[in-house]
Amino acid sequence: MLKIVTQYLIFPGIIFSFFVGAMGFWLERKFTARFQYRVGPPWYQNFIDVMKLFLKETIIPRNAAKTLFITSPIINLAAVILVSVMLANNYFLNISFMGDVIVILYLLVIPSLFTILGALSSKNPLALVGAARETKLMLAYEFVFITSLIIAIIKSGNSIMLANITATQILSKPNIASASGIIAFILALFYAQAKLCIVPFDMAEAEQEIMAGTVIEYSGPLLGFYKISKLMLYFSLPLFIISLFIKVHTQSTLLKYLIFFCLYILIIFIMSVIKNINPRMRIKDALGFFWFWLLPLGILGIVLAQFGL
Amino acid sequence: MKLKEKILTKSLWVYHLSAGSCNNCDIEILDCLTPRFDIERFGIQLVGSIRHADVLLITGAMNKKSAKILKNLYEQAPKPIFVAAVGICPCSQNMFKGSYPMLSALDEIIPVDVYIPGCPPRPEAIIAGIAKLINKLTAKDKKGQK
Repeated sequence: MLKIVTQYLIFPGIIFSFFVGAMGFWLERKFTARFQYRVGPPWYQNFIDVMKLFLKETIIPRNAAKTLFITSPIINLAAVILVSVMLANNYFLNISFMGDVIVILYLLVIPSLFTILGALSSKNPLALVGAARETKLMLAYEFVFITSLIIAIIKSGNSIMLANITATQILSKPNIASASGIIAFILALFYAQAKLCIVPFDMAEAEQEIMAGTVIEYSGPLLGFYKISKLMLYFSLPLFIISLFIKVHTQSTLLKYLIFFCLYILIIFIMSVIKNINPRMRIKDALGFFWFWLLPLGILGIVLAQFGL
Repeated sequence: MKLKEKILTKSLWVYHLSAGSCNNCDIEILDCLTPRFDIERFGIQLVGSIRHADVLLITGAMNKKSAKILKNLYEQAPKPIFVAAVGICPCSQNMFKGSYPMLSALDEIIPVDVYIPGCPPRPEAIIAGIAKLINKLTAKDKKGQK
């Protein structure tokens, strides 16, 4: 009983994923700072930010739909916690169940969906613009991610169980060591970029034009919930990519963690490189990029994967 | 109580309002974010929405129209919020005192926590002002200051 509690709450569960996610977000900020020849924030910055948000006052706008406004950050956080715990338990302890890839796919839609609903419920015009952009972006990236997931599923012999996908990689070779695997990895990377609202795809939270976009009316603890869920997504999305495409088998546990952290830092680094060498896309360009460039690439990847390449 | 102040001062999110300034102070504020001064290493960030802000940074001499907006903004900010007057204009109205569109000095409308005079203040002066604010907050219950 105690083992299960620690497993879900502390070690590969909530606290661990929050901690790693906060460190990942700090790394991203630090890399950005170094790219701009700055020093950057100290390592504990994100923890302090979250703690500070819980000390502030929450303001609910008079015109807002109150129930939706309050519950949407909480549901957002709940979905992200579920995803993180499932992924971390699969990666570190090999706990999995039939069809969990599909469950994770559904749960990963919920954060974006409730960000949109929260923005719409606040009735702020800038939040409405942000919500409209997020909706369009979601239509763009979700489909691309599904193609990338299909490639991983085909590679594992049509299994929709995450443990089987990782097991086939351990038995033969990582998915990324093939043409279709590389394509799927690139697609998943762009998906993570868009999901986390990092720069080329951050139109929904564009600081300079629509202030903070979808979260503009949120303050205090409610904003803190959004912040925590974003930090945990910083952990779970790279972890999902790692376990789908670059699962490497080792005997010793120490080496296992070392490999995980190296790959995690590498993915964060790639994301911050993409962030720092690109300007923000217009929503039209982003849709075009996802639909007319990445989607054909994904279909090509599926065809290649069918032929076993 | 002490811990609360410490956490608040380690992550100050700044909302910047130009209440009719000549833009010089605004440029100096942006200078603080550049590699040379880099105030992000103290956890200070510029945010776009007043709902996320901890510090309300005001530049420019206020006129009748912007005073209304300013008051509105101050009421919409989640408390605790600190107000910093950057530049000589919001501190003392400078040479615009008694001019017809001007209402009054900033501290007659909303409470001001820190004054950063200068025309425009150098980025060092702005950082010193923020340090002053932090010192004031952490020393609040020690010396019984306001």
